[in-house]
Amino acid sequence: MTCGSDCEAAAVLEISGLSKSFGGFKAVSDVSLTVETRQIAAVIGPNGAGKSTLFNLITGHLQPDTGKVLLDGRNITGVAPHRMCRMGIGRSFQHTNIFPKLTVFENLQAAYLVHHGRGANFWRRSDSLYRTETTALLNSIGLLDQEDTIAGTLSYGNQKQLELGLALASDPRILLLDEPTAGMSATETENTIRLLERIASERDLTLLFTEHDMEVVFSIAQKIAVLHQGKIIAEGLPEAVRADAEVRRVYLGHGLVHER
Amino acid sequence: MTARRIPWVLIVFLFAATIPWVGTRYDTFLAEQIAIDALFAVSLNLLLGTTGLVSFGHVAYFGVGAYACGILMKTYELPFIIAFPAAGLCAALFALVSGYFCVRLIKLYFAMLTLAFSQIVWAICYKWNDLTGGDQGLPEIPFPNLDWMSSIPGLGDLRTNEQFYLLAIAIIAVCLAILYRITQSPFGRVLTTVRDNPERAAFIGVNVRAYQLAAFVVAGTFAGFAGALYGIFSRGVFADYVFWSKSAEVMIMALLGGIGFFWGPSVGALALVWLNQWITDFTQYWPFVLGTILLILLFAFPGGIVGGLHDLWIRLRGRRRA
Amino acid sequence: MASSLLFSQFMGGLTTAMFLFLIASGLSLVFGVMRVINFAHGSFYMLGAYLAWQGMRWFEPWIGGFWLATLFAAGAVGLLGLVVERLFFRSLYGREELYQLLFTYALVLILGDVAKFLWGVGQLSVSTPPALSGSIPMFGTVQPTYNLFILLVGPAIAFFGWWMLNRTGIGRMVRAAQMDREMLDALGANVGLIYTGMFVFSSFLAGLSGALVTPIQSIVPGMDVLIIVQAFIVVVIGGMGSFWGTFWGSVIYGQVLSFGILVFPSFSLFSVFALMAVILIVRPWGLFGRPLK
Repeated sequence: MTCGSDCEAAAVLEISGLSKSFGGFKAVSDVSLTVETRQIAAVIGPNGAGKSTLFNLITGHLQPDTGKVLLDGRNITGVAPHRMCRMGIGRSFQHTNIFPKLTVFENLQAAYLVHHGRGANFWRRSDSLYRTETTALLNSIGLLDQEDTIAGTLSYGNQKQLELGLALASDPRILLLDEPTAGMSATETENTIRLLERIASERDLTLLFTEHDMEVVFSIAQKIAVLHQGKIIAEGLPEAVRADAEVRRVYLGHGLVHER
Repeated sequence: MTARRIPWVLIVFLFAATIPWVGTRYDTFLAEQIAIDALFAVSLNLLLGTTGLVSFGHVAYFGVGAYACGILMKTYELPFIIAFPAAGLCAALFALVSGYFCVRLIKLYFAMLTLAFSQIVWAICYKWNDLTGGDQGLPEIPFPNLDWMSSIPGLGDLRTNEQFYLLAIAIIAVCLAILYRITQSPFGRVLTTVRDNPERAAFIGVNVRAYQLAAFVVAGTFAGFAGALYGIFSRGVFADYVFWSKSAEVMIMALLGGIGFFWGPSVGALALVWLNQWITDFTQYWPFVLGTILLILLFAFPGGIVGGLHDLWIRLRGRRRA
Repeated sequence: MASSLLFSQFMGGLTTAMFLFLIASGLSLVFGVMRVINFAHGSFYMLGAYLAWQGMRWFEPWIGGFWLATLFAAGAVGLLGLVVERLFFRSLYGREELYQLLFTYALVLILGDVAKFLWGVGQLSVSTPPALSGSIPMFGTVQPTYNLFILLVGPAIAFFGWWMLNRTGIGRMVRAAQMDREMLDALGANVGLIYTGMFVFSSFLAGLSGALVTPIQSIVPGMDVLIIVQAFIVVVIGGMGSFWGTFWGSVIYGQVLSFGILVFPSFSLFSVFALMAVILIVRPWGLFGRPLK
């Protein structure tokens, strides 16, 4: 991936002035956000604040009405999802989004096949390709013992792990995670956090995620942006956001403010 | 695992090759029908089972192949070795054009548009008397020149249609082998991701439409080959070969055998052709029987014959891997 | 004399259209609510025709025999729809659409043979009810009275359907079910009942149209397949799920067929499918439909 002009400034992802309306309803309104290299950033906000819409705008599932999305300085606004992936954006989805009829191994192997441009090969046996890489990735996300299980029969937590694996197989620059711990128990959440931190440091990854679970957010995010009714109302270091009066007002009653 | 060591496929084909000697003329006729239908059904399954595309108009490509080959051989007197690949090419081109429009649509409209294109082909075949013979069709399509076969020891004293039978099943064997290879290739693997979750597939970098179109063209080409062979086999090409009920029939074949397995549709072809011959022997109510079979399939055995057997095998073996 | 020929073709096209509308409206309704294309709809139509013939054998000597037979036929087919929906369709709702489609196709196969078994393969016909026999001269042509009756019944049903859908409580629920089934479920509405009701009503309509067509067309095996293809085209043109779409789709189709035969005798078959393909390519949800999610 080539950098933009300032490689040391190294903002991996730069969003400016992104807006999207659905028939009069402004889902996302003039949102600007920067995520630095190897940063772990989070976007939070109450339900309906527009977090998923924002992610969809970044990853090309929706066309923004206005605004730009820059990846390493390159303009990728509204590029089709399959090309977005090749440019270095990985994404995990809120509802688990895996290939249910394939085995865990096949799921990841498929991602490698596509990433390395082998998808147009009509001749070789696909199950012989990229076995080493797939096994390594499986090991890394902790699913090696499940490699022959049909993905659709995995437990919810394991499916989420696989989901993460699929996003990682494409060797992304930045990983967008839509509510990675949704529906998880406390133990699973803890495990997922550790996994994310480990993966991020192992692979020099930048992370941007949305979350409802404030404990998760405050435990690993280095930068937080707060979205409310489609607008960013606060942005910065966790402590600053936590102390922000507007944020406290919006979240009153939602248990955001935990004095630890 | 031991079941895989036995080369079932090879055995089946060797057995099929001996039929002109060990069986009656009727057996040869049936075997040829089954083989051609098997190729047709397997080509459909590339769409249905592998890519998740429900096409109700697959007979269009079968028909294009049949008419192309028939017209080239009968009207223009071209040899089989030119007409046959040309038939596949025509089917491929039509699949490319129609597929381009079809894959842009969501499931339901996709199915309807495939049906519409298929009926357009039927209407053209039915009405364009000069080219296709209209409702009279193209009877008496010549056999290819099979003199070269007589020089092979043992084949000399076969009748022409039996010689053609051997040629046909050889061609079908090669086609099936190619299709099998394709489903096992990276391309085939990507198709299964498109089937399982197109949204996710896009997000691992798959241009979903392009792959669907490619699958469409490949499936159409092999359907065209099946059609070309069928025209010669049945000594004529007629418009009702292209009617939409044939699309339903081949789909039932695929389902009956099991769309989750490469060899499922072939088994389905065998089962359906055999059942048809048996049932029509003593009753005219074949549609009723077919409908009932379909009902049983839908409600009790959605995995088809091979699917059902596979489930049984797994249960006997107590393993989780499918 | 050209204008009377045109008028004849026009009236012919309209009559075809109104029949098609009666049939296609049921198809469109079921699709709009249940998102299923019911191939067996044509079979219900055919059964309506056969049952009307059967009913005539019993009721013809009575006063209003034709109408009794018609009601009998429509009711019986409605009942069949109830049985089919409750016994079979129910269990397929969660499954892939392909299975639902194939189920309706299985019905086509089975019902087609049942009709053959019960009534044979010959042509049957029903005589026009005495009240509507005869013809009326119009614009230099002679229009059968019965045809004119059909031309009134079509719009009448359209208006009734529109009124029911847009002005009654039941209609509101049906439209809600069309848009968001789960939401309606969550609100406590008995969605299952709505589905059953729609299916029964649509079957009733199919049976009714089959019965009403008998004085004009002979009853033959294969009429189920013939009609479902046409109804299909109509619904595509007008827009699946849209009542008015079905109405105008029928009118357009009727006229295209009618004048198409005049202008391009060998092309009309091709042109209706080409029209269908064009609509699906350019505007899949038809002239009056709404894009599906």
